[in-house]
Amino acid sequence: MGADKSTVTIYVFGKQYRVPQNLTILTAMEHLGYRLLRGCGCRSGFCGACATVYRIRGDFRLRTGLACQTPVRDGMVFSMLPFHPSTKARYDIKSLQPDINALLRYYPEILRCLQCNSCTRACPQDLPVIDIMAAAMRGDIANAADLSFDCIMCGLCATRCPAEIVQYNVAILSRRLYGTHLSPKAGHLKKKLDEIRAGRYDEELSKLAKMSTAELTKLYNSREIEPEEA
Amino acid sequence: MTSEQTKQWRTVITYSEDMRHSIDKVAANRKGRTKQSFPKLTPDEKKQLLTKYHPDYKPGTTRKLLVGPNKGEPVVNELGDIVEAYSRISPEKTDLSRTDIQTDVLIIGGGGAGASAALTAQEAGAHVLLCTKLRFGDANTMMAQGGIQAADRENDSPAIHHLDVMGGGGFTNIPNLVQTLVKDAPSIIEWLEDLGMMFDKKPDGTFVEMHGGGTSRRRMHAARDYTGAEIMRTLRDEVINRDIQVIEFSPAIELLTDADGNCVGAILLNMETNEFVFVNAKTTILATGGSGRLHCQEFPTTNHYGATGDGLALAYRAGAKLAFVDTIQYHPTGVAFPELISGQLITEKMRSMGAQLVNIDGERFVNELETRDAVASAIIRECQERNKGVRTPGGLVGVWLDTPLIDVLKGSGQTQRLAPAMVRQFKRFGIDIIKDPILVYATQHYQNGGVLIDENGRTNVPNLYVAGEAAGGIHGRNRLMGNSLLDILVFGRRAGGDAAKRSNAAPGGKPILDHVVRFHKELKKAGVSTDRHSPVLLPDYRSKEAKIELEAFAVRGWE
Repeated sequence: MGADKSTVTIYVFGKQYRVPQNLTILTAMEHLGYRLLRGCGCRSGFCGACATVYRIRGDFRLRTGLACQTPVRDGMVFSMLPFHPSTKARYDIKSLQPDINALLRYYPEILRCLQCNSCTRACPQDLPVIDIMAAAMRGDIANAADLSFDCIMCGLCATRCPAEIVQYNVAILSRRLYGTHLSPKAGHLKKKLDEIRAGRYDEELSKLAKMSTAELTKLYNSREIEPEEA
Repeated sequence: MTSEQTKQWRTVITYSEDMRHSIDKVAANRKGRTKQSFPKLTPDEKKQLLTKYHPDYKPGTTRKLLVGPNKGEPVVNELGDIVEAYSRISPEKTDLSRTDIQTDVLIIGGGGAGASAALTAQEAGAHVLLCTKLRFGDANTMMAQGGIQAADRENDSPAIHHLDVMGGGGFTNIPNLVQTLVKDAPSIIEWLEDLGMMFDKKPDGTFVEMHGGGTSRRRMHAARDYTGAEIMRTLRDEVINRDIQVIEFSPAIELLTDADGNCVGAILLNMETNEFVFVNAKTTILATGGSGRLHCQEFPTTNHYGATGDGLALAYRAGAKLAFVDTIQYHPTGVAFPELISGQLITEKMRSMGAQLVNIDGERFVNELETRDAVASAIIRECQERNKGVRTPGGLVGVWLDTPLIDVLKGSGQTQRLAPAMVRQFKRFGIDIIKDPILVYATQHYQNGGVLIDENGRTNVPNLYVAGEAAGGIHGRNRLMGNSLLDILVFGRRAGGDAAKRSNAAPGGKPILDHVVRFHKELKKAGVSTDRHSPVLLPDYRSKEAKIELEAFAVRGWE
């Protein structure tokens, strides 16, 4: 680190700059004068737009992160990977059976997995991607869906996969198969829908819609609040 | 090697000594607070709190509109600046004989409202084109964490939901929009489940449902704390599966109208190539979302990068009436530390699960499940007036959200299970929210108002629809948690269906830009500076130094 403790040297796409250290990769670029179009979405770690690879000078490791959630560090050399060309199957989720055949039909390449764990190491969400793929290969849709739930589809796993699998698209197929076909349905939802469709609440609703503010306020202030679930 | 072990290199950000001192106080009285109930505000107390501390009421932050359909009505300054602005298109220089794409339904915006409108319009047989400013799914929907409301339990009903919505909005909401919202709600949950969305459930299929601020029944359906992300990626996957045409990085920069004032499409700008795309559409749905990136009163925001209120500007120029544009929702709990992610959202679900708000001395000061406007105001009061906030090393101020209480109340492991995104968000910086509280402050979150719509998303401009956060009237002056994910889908689907149906009727006339010419004349007459243009498209976060360089040499850079 240089003489000024509050700044660090970074290399944006390999080009050297000095920036204040209390910045993320994303805000450091903006500080320098970059106005981003690609590589910037939610700025909160939820959308996966700002997948980034970096090295720290002197270290052989290639590291990954989200630009909006990764603080800059001295000697950081980085490049954003805002788009990854991936295979995305087209399917009719309702017509599929939630089993291994659905996954293999659309993503047969999952069987090429070498279990090298590169995907897991690349995941900025710290998901056990290798376990998700193992579940997919076993046809364990429920497990693949559950383990992959926090995936933000940034694509970093796929960029590192020697078997050229697009893990995040396999994962969303698993989740949708689970949600549509395996998740147990709620009886209370169906019951309420039947009531609404039969017009059970229509009269009460029209009455409420016509009420004066004074009447509504009175009703609101005296309404009963259900306690939290024990 | 586990994923954890491989990520040891991450930068750790620690609480300062002063902050740590306050955290000790919070921890010391945690046990005593566990079962403590805090009284709700009386209607009078709430009114006083809002008028005195809510940013909406700060003098000088709103003004009267000078031109357009809402002339003379109040508007938040920053929203006024985008609706009272000149087009990026010069009508005189624009060749309108050109049509690049012809479609039945044009949808502008690729968030939850746009995607649900696209699916519904296509099901109704229409040809659909969806354009979006950034990537498909780069939207506030993706970032909504806490949940989606629907009255579907035995002790609940659309009527009870209706009353909660009206009370939350200060009884200003438009009743028939609220009625539509609450009545459609359970069918939206059913629709999402059919599409394969995964909700938090009990083993028998019963939904796990919690309270939100201002709800009288537990009706918050969630998907961990990735509820919006789960909705968005599911809808996006389905839109792609159905081969609906999507054009990314191409926002609308002007609407097209015909001689009778019907909306007949839009001009898009490919932001990567600066190429214009002229779209002729029988019906057009604006689903452009909110405006957090305008940073009202210089607040930070929870919103995504493209949330610049474009739809308001476009619709207003075309003659659409706005509603409730003098109010903004500030979310009570934005990140105040670590400072480099300040303003980012901490879901209200943390409070639903039992996390309390406490000041520098570890004392509570508000019931955590008051409506957002009230909780945000109470936090502002605690920090600004009572001086009981906690300062960060960088000079921000906030109060504690006592997250460790969740595991105390709900059982060990529940925070991780029900709020993995929040745990992860802080763990990235070395903060364990299961052990330590987190520092929060109000942050700009939601555009309460927008373009006035009816229950099918129609505006007063024929063939122009609006759905989602860009619409106004549903939530009045304050929206409840979980009603935004609901409203984007209720009105997205309704607008999509109605726009498809209406596109079968006689198509509109030749596209012209008379509405822009007229609006420009009005602006000039009112003395509005010709420097002001909209839509804004993206915020400019380049440092002052970088901008000064450009200005000092009076150049526009390589472009």
